[in-house]
Amino acid sequence: MKNNSFNRAVLAAGPALLALSGIAQAQPGDLDDKVNQIFSSSTGWFVNLIFAPFPGTTFPWIVAWLVIGATVFTLYFGFVQFRAVGHAIALVKGDYSDPDDAGEVSHFQALATALSGTVGLGNIAGVAVAVGIGGPGATFWMILAGLMGMASKFTECTLGVKYRNEYEDGRVSGGPMYYLTKGFAERGLPGGKVLAVMFSVFCILGALGGGNMFQANQAHQQISGIVGDYPGWITGLVFAAVVFAVIVGGIKSIARVTEKVVPFMGILYVGAALIILAVNYNHIGWAFGQIFEGAFTGLGVAGGFVGALIQGFKRAAFSNEAGVGSAAIAHSAVRTKEPITEGFVSLLEPFIDTVVICTMTALVIIITGQLVAGPDGNYLLNEAGTMIQTVDGNSGVSLTSAAFGSAISWFPYVLALAVVLFAFSTMISWSYYGLKAWTFLFGEGETTELVFKVIFCVFVVIGAAANLGPVIDFSDAAIFAMAVVNIIGLYFLMPIVKRELNSYVSRLKSGEIRKFA
Amino acid sequence: MSDLYVVAYDDSPASQKALDFAIERARPTGASLLIAHVLEWSPYSFLTPTELEERHKRRTEEMDRAKTALLDPVVVATRKKGIEVEAVIRYGNVADTLIDIAEKKNANQIILGRTGAAGVAARVFGSVASSLAQASPVACTIVP
Repeated sequence: MKNNSFNRAVLAAGPALLALSGIAQAQPGDLDDKVNQIFSSSTGWFVNLIFAPFPGTTFPWIVAWLVIGATVFTLYFGFVQFRAVGHAIALVKGDYSDPDDAGEVSHFQALATALSGTVGLGNIAGVAVAVGIGGPGATFWMILAGLMGMASKFTECTLGVKYRNEYEDGRVSGGPMYYLTKGFAERGLPGGKVLAVMFSVFCILGALGGGNMFQANQAHQQISGIVGDYPGWITGLVFAAVVFAVIVGGIKSIARVTEKVVPFMGILYVGAALIILAVNYNHIGWAFGQIFEGAFTGLGVAGGFVGALIQGFKRAAFSNEAGVGSAAIAHSAVRTKEPITEGFVSLLEPFIDTVVICTMTALVIIITGQLVAGPDGNYLLNEAGTMIQTVDGNSGVSLTSAAFGSAISWFPYVLALAVVLFAFSTMISWSYYGLKAWTFLFGEGETTELVFKVIFCVFVVIGAAANLGPVIDFSDAAIFAMAVVNIIGLYFLMPIVKRELNSYVSRLKSGEIRKFA
Repeated sequence: MSDLYVVAYDDSPASQKALDFAIERARPTGASLLIAHVLEWSPYSFLTPTELEERHKRRTEEMDRAKTALLDPVVVATRKKGIEVEAVIRYGNVADTLIDIAEKKNANQIILGRTGAAGVAARVFGSVASSLAQASPVACTIVP
């Protein structure tokens, strides 16, 4: 009797298994293609709107928007990013922290968490995209954008702490949606609520795009580059399952492991880059020459020096998120009586992220000779004329991987692990940013939060299955849309930051604010 | 002014022994005790965004729990034995924080138990007892 039912079950399961294996064989290419097609056709209009060039030029208005914003903040606060660095480091070290506040969120912790959200693929893949399309000159504009972006970050993170919500149960939550509503109300300005809602919508899209799909996509490219090609949705499902376990299942141990490994990977990455630079020290001068020359002539890249500039600024903004508003969410949990102190601390973020780590990547790609130049010194373009020819036709993260691999043969394996971990930690951070925007719109509650978290996991799969092109376009567009709203808000609220800055600096000088250590 | 002994206390049997030892010494000398409970904490650790959000809440909960479940009963029990006693909860590196407390309160002695671990980890990273033996600014009694 027992045997019989077992046999029947096997017989019934047989065809089902056959059908499943059939689907698995027919699916891969089709499914990926379909996802890709639907994705690019449904997001194209949004991308076109954000990256629309000024009439009669090829210069996207959004790039000008970010540059002007960063310049205004830099001038308005009198180059605070250069004046306050020493004080920022003292704050991170804890020199000004009240010992009675031990056990609360420290400046270091807020900075480290915000950094683990920004340091990631932007530094590895994004820079490769910038240098691949814009040439070495893009690096110059990227560094400049990073230095200026420090002022944007300073402004938004000060406001993030100042206008955060502190709930009765002791939780805190802050970010542009709160300073836009509360700050505008305080100054008696209309429209704060509208901006906050717009910001939240874009933040959710940004979380799903740059904070999720781009990460999943590049993680898949890395893994398949090592184990051989296989369908993206498989990586997507695995990643989605792990992300689900952390953000829905609350399995903190996974998150904790990545939080510890990610900084280590960051140091390892910079260390490897420094070794490669040290070995090729005689080329460093030449590489900087290429960077400066390319910055103003383009060295033959598509779009000339404007092309280099656009790429540099775009990738810097995407990597350090200055002016985007996302970091204000992460920084706002710090324990401090002075919101401005977190502003000082946060301005280190674009420096570490862009000026140090991104520049390392760019230098390694340039120095290891990944970009193919013609006899006249100008770079050769690929057949489509869209980017510079590379040694093996690599682009994105595989270009960085090839550059490191040409000097340290086993490094691509470490890099693959780093990319996967960076991708994962960025996803965790952005799932939180997205969730904060989501709860701002729809209210807090377990069910509403769960809905967002499930959507987030679904997009992990879509991101891994889609092609890089449409994903990167959409990711950029969503994140820049956040910057549009956020920077408008910052213009109106910057006098408040100035007041905080002046008051703090005078109290620091008079000795009212003293070191504890 | 009478003497003050700082007693490191968690809920381990070792720290209970240290407290008993301290009470024995305090009785004849008329010294008062300061029971210190230090929660291990580094401001340079890494937290997820959700942990940042909940940190203040968790800290409040941890301090409440330590006070009601751990310190209050011990303080009451010690007072019953006729010893003058206060309690303090702090966050930080255990050894550093004990030293800090002893210095600020002008204590005469730090008294603590030891876990007796002598494995590789204890040798490499040291223990609270061995750190204090090295660095304590006042007399330090390690109760076996």
